[in-house]
Amino acid sequence: MQTVMSSKMATSNNIAQAKRTVQQLRVEASIERIKVSKACADLMHYCGEHAKFDPLLMGIPASENPFKDKKPCTIL
Amino acid sequence: MAAQEVQPNETLASLKTESETLKTKLEEERAKLHDVELHQVAEKVEALGQFVMKTRRTLKGHGNKVLCMDWCKDKRRIVSSSQDGKVIVWDAFTTNKEHAVTMPCTWVMACAYAPSGCAVACGGLDNKCSVYPLSLDKNENLAAKKKSVAMHTNYLSACSFTNSDMQILTSSGDGTCALWDVESGQLLQSFHGHAADVLCLDLAPSETGNTFVSGGCDKKANVWDMRSGQCVQSFETHESDINSVRYYPSGDAFASGSDDATCRLYDLRADREVAIYSKESIIFGASSVDFSLSGRLLFGGYNDYTINVWDVLKGTRVSILFGHENRVSTLRVSPDGTAFCSGSWDHTLRIWA
Repeated sequence: MQTVMSSKMATSNNIAQAKRTVQQLRVEASIERIKVSKACADLMHYCGEHAKFDPLLMGIPASENPFKDKKPCTIL
Repeated sequence: MAAQEVQPNETLASLKTESETLKTKLEEERAKLHDVELHQVAEKVEALGQFVMKTRRTLKGHGNKVLCMDWCKDKRRIVSSSQDGKVIVWDAFTTNKEHAVTMPCTWVMACAYAPSGCAVACGGLDNKCSVYPLSLDKNENLAAKKKSVAMHTNYLSACSFTNSDMQILTSSGDGTCALWDVESGQLLQSFHGHAADVLCLDLAPSETGNTFVSGGCDKKANVWDMRSGQCVQSFETHESDINSVRYYPSGDAFASGSDDATCRLYDLRADREVAIYSKESIIFGASSVDFSLSGRLLFGGYNDYTINVWDVLKGTRVSILFGHENRVSTLRVSPDGTAFCSGSWDHTLRIWA
């Protein structure tokens, strides 16, 4: 009796798990998608718009970057 | 009675069949919209020139492997954590150590700076995430004010404050992520869905709403709705553990770094992988990734001690940076994009610009 009961429990756990998987897949399958070409165009557009504000991309002069070493000053 | 009884075996089988059908449908729907590759669309974009990036500062002081680091919003302070249990707050401009805390555990795998700059969070093998308010008094014992916030049933792999000091998001070796109230330590939401350890997480840029992405040992990257706890999108194209995930600055995509030696870009609106950053010569895992401010560059820290810099649009490597003497374990671009910091198993952190 004991083993029948616990195997029934295991089966119902498996079913619960399988139900969750199906529900999750339904959620994922139902989302709205756009074409890859459109998505990529938007990514490129974002890069283009923000490129000039990207210090690591554009490189900024040593005098404006606190991490770059400035030329040492000599006091005469 | 018996007639109404559900036959367990049939139900399980039919659920499994429905599951397979849905998976196939998902792939078909994604494939329908796959009309082009990112690097093809980017052919007309001007190629990037040569990059000269060098180590500008080396932060020395940890006694063992650096596992994690985070920038303060003030763009100069950094918090880092190490295998030896130490958490250090540095002034990256001067390389001075401003605070140091010794955690009661080793392998402090996660640390994060609070948005206000007034506290740091950290945790690891203690299965917890604790918050330490930072005192202006350098002599004050930080450990005395420690507040335990998160409790997992396995190691803490990553943590991040949300857009305030009041909430923390955590990921754990117990396979879950969780959202916590810092003041009360209360669990606000938990996120179940990964089939193995969750190794990393990143919050969407605040403009794009309440979602975050996580990556795990189940090779999946999951996108979650923070309010409902629901996994809204899932991506499984990596061939091994995902060590790092980071949102593209617009919030419409995210990058991942994996033990399969590749980094990948996933677009959320197209719901698929749109680029792979790999080379035959790169055979060691990528441990951490981050974007430059415009999203054009992707920096990847690797287990072969190098940092590879990728052109996100064209898919090509534009630079390889040497300097660390052991695995690069963590990498973050500074909040204003002027530099990035890498931490390594060689016990040091380096600032590159």
